[in-house]
Amino acid sequence: MTTLRRVAVRLAWLVASLLLASLLIFAATNALPGDIAQIVLGTNASAGEADALREQLGLNRPFLARYAEWLLGALHFDFGTSYISGRAVAPLIASRFEVSFWLIAFGMLLAIVMAVPVGAYAAVRRRHADGAVVSALSQVGLAVPAFWAGIWLVIIFAVKLQWLPSGGYVSYWDSLGQWAVHLVLPVLSLAVVQASVISRYVRSSVIEVTGEDYFRTARSVGWSRSGALWRHGLRNIAISLLTVIGLQLATLLVGAIIIEQVFVLPGLGSLLLQAVGQRDLAVVQAVVLLLVWAVLLINFLVDVAYQVVDPRLRRTAEAPA
Amino acid sequence: MRHTRRLVGLVVALMLTITAAACSRPDSQEETGRVLNIGATAEPVGMDMITTSGAAIPFVLLYNVYETLVKLDADGNIRPLLASEWTDSADGTVYTFTLQPDAKFASGAPVDADAVVASFERARSDAATEQIRSQWDVVDTIEATDAHTVTVTLRKPSNRWLYDLTGSAGIISDPTATDLATTPAGSGPYRFASWEQGSHVELTANDAYWGTAARFDDVFFRFYSDSNAMTTAMLSSQLDIISNLPVPTAVDQFSDASRFTVYEGSSQGEVVLGFNQENKALSDLKVRQAINHAIDRQALMDSVWGGKGQLIGSMVPPTDPWFEDLSDTYAYDPEAARALLKEAGYEDGLSITLSVPTLPYGPTSGRFIVAQLAEVGITVKLEELEWARWLDLVYTKHDYDMTIVAHVEPRDMRAFATEGNYWNYDNEQFNELLRQADEGTVEDQTTKLKEAARVLADDAAADWLFLLPNIVIATTDISGIQANQVSMSFDLTTLAARN
Repeated sequence: MTTLRRVAVRLAWLVASLLLASLLIFAATNALPGDIAQIVLGTNASAGEADALREQLGLNRPFLARYAEWLLGALHFDFGTSYISGRAVAPLIASRFEVSFWLIAFGMLLAIVMAVPVGAYAAVRRRHADGAVVSALSQVGLAVPAFWAGIWLVIIFAVKLQWLPSGGYVSYWDSLGQWAVHLVLPVLSLAVVQASVISRYVRSSVIEVTGEDYFRTARSVGWSRSGALWRHGLRNIAISLLTVIGLQLATLLVGAIIIEQVFVLPGLGSLLLQAVGQRDLAVVQAVVLLLVWAVLLINFLVDVAYQVVDPRLRRTAEAPA
Repeated sequence: MRHTRRLVGLVVALMLTITAAACSRPDSQEETGRVLNIGATAEPVGMDMITTSGAAIPFVLLYNVYETLVKLDADGNIRPLLASEWTDSADGTVYTFTLQPDAKFASGAPVDADAVVASFERARSDAATEQIRSQWDVVDTIEATDAHTVTVTLRKPSNRWLYDLTGSAGIISDPTATDLATTPAGSGPYRFASWEQGSHVELTANDAYWGTAARFDDVFFRFYSDSNAMTTAMLSSQLDIISNLPVPTAVDQFSDASRFTVYEGSSQGEVVLGFNQENKALSDLKVRQAINHAIDRQALMDSVWGGKGQLIGSMVPPTDPWFEDLSDTYAYDPEAARALLKEAGYEDGLSITLSVPTLPYGPTSGRFIVAQLAEVGITVKLEELEWARWLDLVYTKHDYDMTIVAHVEPRDMRAFATEGNYWNYDNEQFNELLRQADEGTVEDQTTKLKEAARVLADDAAADWLFLLPNIVIATTDISGIQANQVSMSFDLTTLAARN
């Protein structure tokens, strides 16, 4: 099978998974207990009013008809209107997406920037005390949940030292400085934990690479240890790192939901929790759909990138069976 | 080695940049004017309190952005606001309001009789929520007698109606406004500036205000679904006020008197252990009395609410003129409880389900009650319901035995007289007292409602566990905080900053 055909097969699987995910999400949110009409109208509505609202929201129509209409809308970014506020869902999500995007993007970037040198150092110095300490520290980091790291960062930098805000978000349109300041602690909390995970992978990859023949060859022709690692090792590490980052992006999405709560960030995660509490199904469906589709898409892209980047994989794949 | 050093250098440089950005304290807003940051727990779901229900909308907008003809002062008395004065006819059915001649909306349009009539007609139209519309039931006609006089004719006298006029039902909105659902427009000291959903509502000073000018240039109501996040925001100086601390045990964190002032007042929120009187056992007065006797309410309040709050014994908070401490009607007496259960034929025990919403007071109070009722031979199965489920099962379908919920609306004793109320409580004597109170003189109102509250208590219509406290935290330079919550509004007009 050529790389192109393999990618095409994976693409077909992706489309099927996207569709299946959307059906499951729609079915699951419809099965949630609690009557949306009653919640919208509050504690003083009559039964007649609730019936009229259900009719108006189209909740009495057949399931498949509602699903088809919803999916078609979602495909061109029309997610309907919020049951609770009566506003369109798409612009609401767009404004929340910005917050989550920066949180996740900076969280991952900072994690990589921290993890690569730390992991490499732990590998190269693994037979020394300092290497073992670094390694042990990253082990501790693995065990720490992001929200717990967040709470401690808040206690130290916001409550005690009062250097940084404990939460909230300012758009960069309003103030670039305030925007950065408000992102520091949440990004750090996410990144510290992610960096621990990624640095473990970097460490084991570096150990593996330094045992390879080509690395020994490079050393024997006069390259220094770090020089050989930089020149020959990193490219090989990059491939496995790419996979790890792809997989970690999915966990980062989930971590971001919790971090948004801790730091009162108006992102997709806090929107989701709020909408679930209010049974604002249009919003719940849209946010969950986007999150699940994002994870599926990331996995697909990692898969494809893996095919393209790793020449060994391509060669074995192309060899006749 | 050179490459490694370069990489390490890059990382260090990046970290330094972030730290440098971090060390510039978030105080740029304070330099631009007097800013007030208020933390609140419930975010409004819309901006139009006539068409959208929920206490969070008037909390932010009433008296601040929207004004009413008459308003409640800090002691719960009705005072003039947009109406400079009003008279009522001898039989109490015709009210004549004279409007403040200077009053105008933030847009510059005058607050004239036409604007008042239009606002009132909207509040009783089909566009309004059932809750608002029902407050206008008693009104027959609304007329502009001249540019500054409005006459309202009632079908029968009603003390309740004038009181309701101080709340959401009585707001006067700008007739030139185009979309009140997104852009509230009134005549108050503050103008609506923006609503960042999931974050905050911003109000700015209305420079053209007809009355005493606003004391802050900008006011932010910031919403926290997590109360820990709100307390840390206050501790880290991001907030000036916590409008109502939802977890009383967190009060201790604000013990530093050089930084914070803690105000502990009363709210309108009665935490009620409600009985579904369609349930065979609970329809028996003796069983309800037994349950009342079996629960040590002081101990419950101490253990689940940090001892903050007040024992009331009926559906009336202490800020209402007809309040009477009825908490001793059925004092804690397990012996009496056992005797009553025996009389009712339940000496061999009784099994009841208690369905509580997963709100801060629900499950904790529930567990306490399970333990106490077990002492007198009542086996209680505790069922925890998420709010949406509670609304559906308990409130709408009446599918429950006992439940606990805080009723936060002001003057909500009448909920027990509403047809189809979720307790299935129906007492003709009580209903009649409420009717007489509404149609009689102001003095009649007080005596009749006192009597009605006693009927509820004697009838053990519910067990009033305690009244939620109103705990407000403010930095020491904020003055004018109202400790007691008497209206639906977080009234900004009394607040000022010393610095």
